[in-house]
Amino acid sequence: MSALIEAEDLVRVYATRQGLFGRAVPVRAVDGVSLRVARGETLGIVGESGSGKSTLGRMLLGVDPAQGGVVRFDGAPLPDKGTPAWRALRARLQMVYQDPLAALDRRLPIARQIREPLDIHARGDDAARRARVAELMQSVGLRADQAGRYPHELSGGQRQRVVIARALACAPELLVCDEPVSALDVSIQAQVVNLLRGLRGENGLAMVFISHDLKVVRNLCDRVAVMYLGRIVEEGPVERLFAAPRHPYTRALISSVPDPGQPLKGRIILQGEPPNPAKRPPGCAFYPRCPQASGICRAELPQMRATGQGCRAACHHLDGADPVPQAA
Amino acid sequence: MTATNPPDLLARDDRRRPRAAIPTAVALGLGWLALMVLCAILADLLRPYDITQMDLSARLMPPLTPGHWLGTDELGRDVLSRLIQSVRVSLVIAFGATAISAAFGTTLGFLAARFRGLVEQFVVMLADFQAALPFLIMSLAVLAFFGSSMLLLVCLMGFYGWERYARIARGLAIAAGAQGYAAAVEQLGATPRRLYLGHILPNVASTLIVSMTLTFPEIILMESGLSFLGLGVQPPETSLGNMVGFGRDYLTTAPWIMLAPSVVIMITTLSISLVGDWLRDRLDPTVR
Amino acid sequence: MIRFVSLRLLRALVTVLAVMTFSFVVLRMSGDPAEVLLGPDVPQNVIDAFRRQWGLDAPLWRQYLSYLGAIFQGDFGLSMRDRAPALDLVLERVPATLMLTVPALILKLGIGIPAGIFAALHRDSAIDRGVIFLAILGFTIPSFVMGLVLVLIFAVTLGVLPSGGFGTWQNAILPGITISIGGIGIIARFSRSAMIEVLGQPYIRTASAKGVKWHDVVRGHALPNAAIPIVTIAGFMVGSLIAGAVVVETIFSWPGIGRLLIVSVSNRDLAVVQCILLLIAAVMVTANLIVDLLYGWLDPRLRTGTAH
Repeated sequence: MSALIEAEDLVRVYATRQGLFGRAVPVRAVDGVSLRVARGETLGIVGESGSGKSTLGRMLLGVDPAQGGVVRFDGAPLPDKGTPAWRALRARLQMVYQDPLAALDRRLPIARQIREPLDIHARGDDAARRARVAELMQSVGLRADQAGRYPHELSGGQRQRVVIARALACAPELLVCDEPVSALDVSIQAQVVNLLRGLRGENGLAMVFISHDLKVVRNLCDRVAVMYLGRIVEEGPVERLFAAPRHPYTRALISSVPDPGQPLKGRIILQGEPPNPAKRPPGCAFYPRCPQASGICRAELPQMRATGQGCRAACHHLDGADPVPQAA
Repeated sequence: MTATNPPDLLARDDRRRPRAAIPTAVALGLGWLALMVLCAILADLLRPYDITQMDLSARLMPPLTPGHWLGTDELGRDVLSRLIQSVRVSLVIAFGATAISAAFGTTLGFLAARFRGLVEQFVVMLADFQAALPFLIMSLAVLAFFGSSMLLLVCLMGFYGWERYARIARGLAIAAGAQGYAAAVEQLGATPRRLYLGHILPNVASTLIVSMTLTFPEIILMESGLSFLGLGVQPPETSLGNMVGFGRDYLTTAPWIMLAPSVVIMITTLSISLVGDWLRDRLDPTVR
Repeated sequence: MIRFVSLRLLRALVTVLAVMTFSFVVLRMSGDPAEVLLGPDVPQNVIDAFRRQWGLDAPLWRQYLSYLGAIFQGDFGLSMRDRAPALDLVLERVPATLMLTVPALILKLGIGIPAGIFAALHRDSAIDRGVIFLAILGFTIPSFVMGLVLVLIFAVTLGVLPSGGFGTWQNAILPGITISIGGIGIIARFSRSAMIEVLGQPYIRTASAKGVKWHDVVRGHALPNAAIPIVTIAGFMVGSLIAGAVVVETIFSWPGIGRLLIVSVSNRDLAVVQCILLLIAAVMVTANLIVDLLYGWLDPRLRTGTAH
């Protein structure tokens, strides 16, 4: 399976100032991430807020430049942002945003906005563009009579459908969805997830689905990568990873997801502070909260290692560790 | 310092009550402005006399003289006719200058928002320069050494108040980028031109229009001040300030020559200020 | 803080340099000084000699440098009219202008600030509306109209005050009032909106909700916070002490900087105009600098550096 998009050792450092005259503190939002997404494949990226997953998504699109490492799309490195080549590539790489109202221009009717990529990338003549807009609206479940509406006249779910239709206008090959349902009402989330599920693999569309909601990721993705403080700590096929998580952080995450109809058992409660990306500990970033931490975790950064059946994880205690600590 | 009771203040928490009707003062202001615009457009039809037509037998006639309802000046020229023409000239200058200033300032603001860094520093430097030389003084120097012409006057006035638009345009453009829709449109592959002209400009237009209503009366005052000092509009052309300037010599014998344009300036700037304040409260309370 | 101050100082220096460059460009672009100064019917060899004598044959960048050098040595050139140093001519007019603008500034602040705060505390009352209307009226009446109307009433009709001239305190009354009116309006409106904004803040509501007497809320919480923006605008007005009286001095034949500027401009007396420009710019830049530093000092957010 050839990779549609491939990231190698990506690094993104932000300089945050403490106050107006404070010293700049570098924050490694994304710290040496490598991943591959094949055509037609859906990769989930999960992690807490501040884990760098949204930054990673923008880097995959070339919106945030990488300060280290490289992103290859269809074999070629991404062009620099703002260049004509970068703009042309937007027809093949698209994004769905967390807050659809903010991502839409509130002064334009939605049909104009769905049409905009077709205008930008000069697809077809006027009649063809109109037909395409109608087709897109129908495929995302918007009624034809809503074409003249403005974003604020629609519900949150309908707005997200507009954003999705706009992203799909030029039939992209990769769609990065950054928390596409977390700002929506729970009752509407399922509809949008189902819409995205229907798109999966259609015409070879690959997706990167960024979320903190493990249920949705499990439901939608082929593979999943778990991020903690800017690094991928575990990665693998979704069923395998959910069934037998190897990294302590993944275990804690998965143990917090309730199964319908069953009481929540064996939940691992993480100790300590939630991560502050500006104060990353040396060694394994997770050791201050890790139930299995030992001396080596404090000193040495664990490397990704294959754990079998297509899974990889970065932990010093993969071998000798007791399997899933059920006893609690 | 006396003070009202606190409950009064708390009751006003929601700031502005929705206003159903236009306040009387604003309605009057709008009416007056409509009249002025009409005057400017139809000046050639409305003028009873040519502005240079002299009638030495009817010099310094007081107002309400039949045929000369606002009287005549020292050369027997009809004050009403000259007033109508002055309204046209002053409004044309103010409109032209406001348009230039808004376009110039908005462009600089957008450039600063897009490129940041050095471009932004340069715009800040221009604004500092503007703040260091009062506009009237700078205009005096330029007009003194280049001579006054209508074109130069409009262009010069076009530099008045640009920094206000620049500040607003820059702030809103940066906010739009961070907020989302601008970043989203850019991510669709839009060129900067499409992004700024097609999306950001329409979104900031209402705020810019409100600040134009704030700049407009100031430009009228500036132009009439310069013309009053003899450096703005030159005879035989006439403007409101220029009429006051020449009427000043007849302050004791024929005060109407000077009072008629003075009243027009006052009511016009007052009307625009009232309408502008009202618009600002309605559309965009963030502009000051 | 040191970084802030030094950056701000650098900006002020750049601004002064920009004004100098501006005046150089305007002077050079408005015509050949040799022809302007010597008049039309002068033989070419005289013009050439004049050019050599004044360094006008040098390349433009060298002229610019020597122009800057002369200014830094305090040499602003000679007035064309009486060959006196331009700087002396300008400086001797400064006291007359200050005699008008300093009392006017006191009037602006002394009337404008209380009126604005009073209006804010009685928001939407008849008094408030009256203050707003007068304030708007105050700064929409051009000063030349206001001045002439005052002359018409007090000098021509009533005959109680002189219509112009210089010397006694009566001479200063009408021009002083004329300068003040617009500024009072601006200050009043600004103070009102600053105060209203502060009164809408949560800490004011908290203070009054927890039972602090309203009088003490205003004195202890509202006024100090409203003072910051008011001080800023007042500081900018200090900058116009020199430049703010051009029109009024002309109307009342007041022998200050403004009148000198108008006269020099109509005589095309380059050196004097340029000297006035630089003086005004220096005063404005200094005032703006002080306002910015004062603001940084008054606003605790800027001091500890947590803003933005």
